Amino acid sequence: MTTSHTAPKRRRLVNLRNFPSFTAVSWGVLFFLYIPLAYVLFYSFNSSRIATIWQSFSLHWYSVTFHDPDIQRALSNSIKIAIGATIFSTFFAVIAALGLLRMKRAGSAFAWALIGAPLLIAEIVLAVGTLAFFRAVNIPLGLVAMTIAHTAFCIPFALIPIRARLGQLDNAPFEAAADLGANEVQILRRITLPLLAPAIISGALLAFAISIDDFITSFFLSGPGSTTLPVFIFGMIRSTVTPEVDAISSLLLLFSGVVLISSYVLNRRRR
Amino acid sequence: MSKKHVKQLEGRPGQTSPLLALPTVIFLTIGIGIPILVTIIYSFLDRAEIGMGVKWHFNPTSYKSLFIIENLDGTTGFDSRWIKVLWNSFLYSGITTIVTAIFSIPIAMWIATRDENKRNILLAAVTLPFWISILIRTYGIRQIIDDNGPIGTIMHKLGYAHYHIIYTPTATLIGLVYVFLPFMILPIYSSAERFDFRMAEAAYDLGARRWTVLRRIVLPSIRPGIIAGIALVFIPALGSFLQSDMLGGGKTNMIANVIALNFGQARNWPFGCALSVLLIALTLGFVKLIQWIGKKSTGEKVSFI
Repeated sequence: MTTSHTAPKRRRLVNLRNFPSFTAVSWGVLFFLYIPLAYVLFYSFNSSRIATIWQSFSLHWYSVTFHDPDIQRALSNSIKIAIGATIFSTFFAVIAALGLLRMKRAGSAFAWALIGAPLLIAEIVLAVGTLAFFRAVNIPLGLVAMTIAHTAFCIPFALIPIRARLGQLDNAPFEAAADLGANEVQILRRITLPLLAPAIISGALLAFAISIDDFITSFFLSGPGSTTLPVFIFGMIRSTVTPEVDAISSLLLLFSGVVLISSYVLNRRRR
Repeated sequence: MSKKHVKQLEGRPGQTSPLLALPTVIFLTIGIGIPILVTIIYSFLDRAEIGMGVKWHFNPTSYKSLFIIENLDGTTGFDSRWIKVLWNSFLYSGITTIVTAIFSIPIAMWIATRDENKRNILLAAVTLPFWISILIRTYGIRQIIDDNGPIGTIMHKLGYAHYHIIYTPTATLIGLVYVFLPFMILPIYSSAERFDFRMAEAAYDLGARRWTVLRRIVLPSIRPGIIAGIALVFIPALGSFLQSDMLGGGKTNMIANVIALNFGQARNWPFGCALSVLLIALTLGFVKLIQWIGKKSTGEKVSFI
């Protein structure tokens, strides 16, 4: 008999979409992704002075965080820069996305290279280059310098959703508007911008998140007294690590979670 | 029909005058273009005699000192320090890319095969780390592998107290894998989501085993996602600063750390700029390579924006 070795030994109903061990690996990856965050969250309730040694449950370090004037100053700097960078980068992204649609390929290559540069070139390279340039032309380090640099590297992030939406637009409303005699400015104001609005909001949210989380650029461009929150936290980690780092990190984690969930809910409702 | 009208009909929806993009191009020339140009120029200048900055005197010494050390007695010799840093950067980024790919393929396939509700939740779960500061995530993984953290405690109990993870190259690697995992999972998932499982079923019907189906049917189908993931992990890993700084201990592990050192304590801006130019060149070289591979294996152009 030659057929015996091809016949299945066990007859069991299996899901052909499942590959063995993929489920276990996946849960392992999720565990790996979240355990450090859960650990930081847990240890933010530590009463001990040393971040890594658990003593007892306490809200002490949250109270310290809320009353720390340095953290308040750093947070307010971070928010100021992020709001500025969000507004400017979203504006620049919208006009670039619209303007580049009609530009010839050769002409737009340079523009796209500039826009895409922050996605490819290491952030530290752009940060020290900007530092060298600003010093050469005497732009003082601080909030203005950081807002300019943040705006530059936020543009591609703000542009991604806008560009994706532009590619999906239907030509019919534009044709109709042109047929009815609308000029370019009217089409832009009454058709294009309203249709792009959800993408512009997504782009702005992305730009805000990128700016407020930024460490490297701010690290090189922050002047005396203009530290941002990530730069301040980095300094705290470098010196003595108290659970205050965990408390402020947990607050930022919570903030990120709320932003993600609200953008998720917004997207769902739109559909 | 006016000429303008015809243009509107032929054009792409939403198009306006190309002049509208001009302010962005001007701003980015100042914010991105000139800083890169300044970096290139400074890399060919002398370092300032005192303090920070440069002396305006053409001198390609920074590039020479990547390979050659000048001893105090005037003799010169081969300097392997910076080549080792470059090699480290490549090695760490390469290992990070491979390890993240090995773990991302199963989870991306797994998420893609869940039912819709579960899939959305899992997708949100792997997207959330994108929105969390890399600094905080690196701090989190540091607390885990710290000698006093859970890993250290377990190793202590098992009798490996003399063995430390924190402040070793292994710690840098763990940090890089941890931070860049989502960058690999998401592009692979977007390919896996489009995979038609009837192809796998057909292969099973024709007698293929699971491993064969995975290797011959599934992997080639999700290749665009894997290639995009490689680009999204390798490029930022090559220029990463925080992981080797906070976890690796030594301050000159990877290129970015040496650049930072030369703009900080070492105060050798031209050398820092030369390293920056090198990093830009390596990155662009890698981009060209990945675009070539992408075009060859999928026929599609790999686009970064």
